[in-house]
Amino acid sequence: MADAAVTDTAPEAHDAHGHDGHGAHVTSTGLSNNKLAMWIFLGSECLLFGGLISTYMLYRGRHSENLGPDQVWDIPFTSASSFVLLMSSLTMVLAVTAAQRKDDRNTRLWLTVTALLGSLFVAGQVYEFTTFYREGLGFTTSLFSSSFYTLTGFHGVHVSVGVIMLLATVGMILKNRIPGDKAEVVELVGLYWHFVDIVWILIFTLVYLIPA
Amino acid sequence: MSDITETTELGDGYDQPNEAVAESVEHGEHTVDATPDDHPGEHWSDLKFVYLALGLAVITAVEVALSYMVDDLGPVFLPALLILMLVKFFAVVMYFMHLKFDNRLFSLMFYLGLGLAVTVYVIALLTFQFFNS
Repeated sequence: MADAAVTDTAPEAHDAHGHDGHGAHVTSTGLSNNKLAMWIFLGSECLLFGGLISTYMLYRGRHSENLGPDQVWDIPFTSASSFVLLMSSLTMVLAVTAAQRKDDRNTRLWLTVTALLGSLFVAGQVYEFTTFYREGLGFTTSLFSSSFYTLTGFHGVHVSVGVIMLLATVGMILKNRIPGDKAEVVELVGLYWHFVDIVWILIFTLVYLIPA
Repeated sequence: MSDITETTELGDGYDQPNEAVAESVEHGEHTVDATPDDHPGEHWSDLKFVYLALGLAVITAVEVALSYMVDDLGPVFLPALLILMLVKFFAVVMYFMHLKFDNRLFSLMFYLGLGLAVTVYVIALLTFQFFNS
């Protein structure tokens, strides 16, 4: 429900703790502070990944002759991983819409599916790293390998954190431990998850598809 | 001078622009009960999201196909790939992240970070003469 109140004339709309009738905090902007903070955080994350991507772009040509991107990439496998992460964005948005409909069962279902898809992506990344390592591409082998592992590793950590957030949200919904607006909590987790997806969209094209 | 505070949310959790609130205050109303009908086109059905995801999957498949045609495409290859990448990027930001329909302050926060990142790192790459090599 949209709920706009003029505080000096309608104080009854809010309790003593500054909440409206829906458990949401009343703010001077009229927007959710949590959501605003999440968007500011995501804006700052752009700088982190921008730095990592730029570093990779600078160093991607710095490798030995037989251990460069063109020798080690497995494009079909990485494409499948990308597809998995893309579909996890769909399941995430389905979880958000279910939460907005106050459909707890489907919210939990889609959040769990999203977490599984995220885990599958991370598993794929672990497999890929292991394969590269066996082929002789270690973290300190070259500037190319260092920058590649740092960039994709940071992204993998972000996905792993996202999976933990998703599972924690499922658990909290199950135990009814979410105070206030449940849909907003799911939406915030969703924003983080989609961000992880858009970063991979950039990495997949700039790192894997554009030949060095 | 009334201190206007609003929780601009629809029943389905979407934040709203503030025109309705400003208008209601002008008319001396104290509350606004916006309904999804107030903002047509803002609420996508699950099916629409499925179609969008399928579209993104198709674009990804096209990108992969293009990566095997570097020599055939010549100078068209890189711009084509970058355009497809940006289409995917902004489709997720606008629709999955709902930024197209949300309050502009959220867009400002995100695009400020994104714009700053792009500016700073393009300058950094230019400094290293990355685009000349």
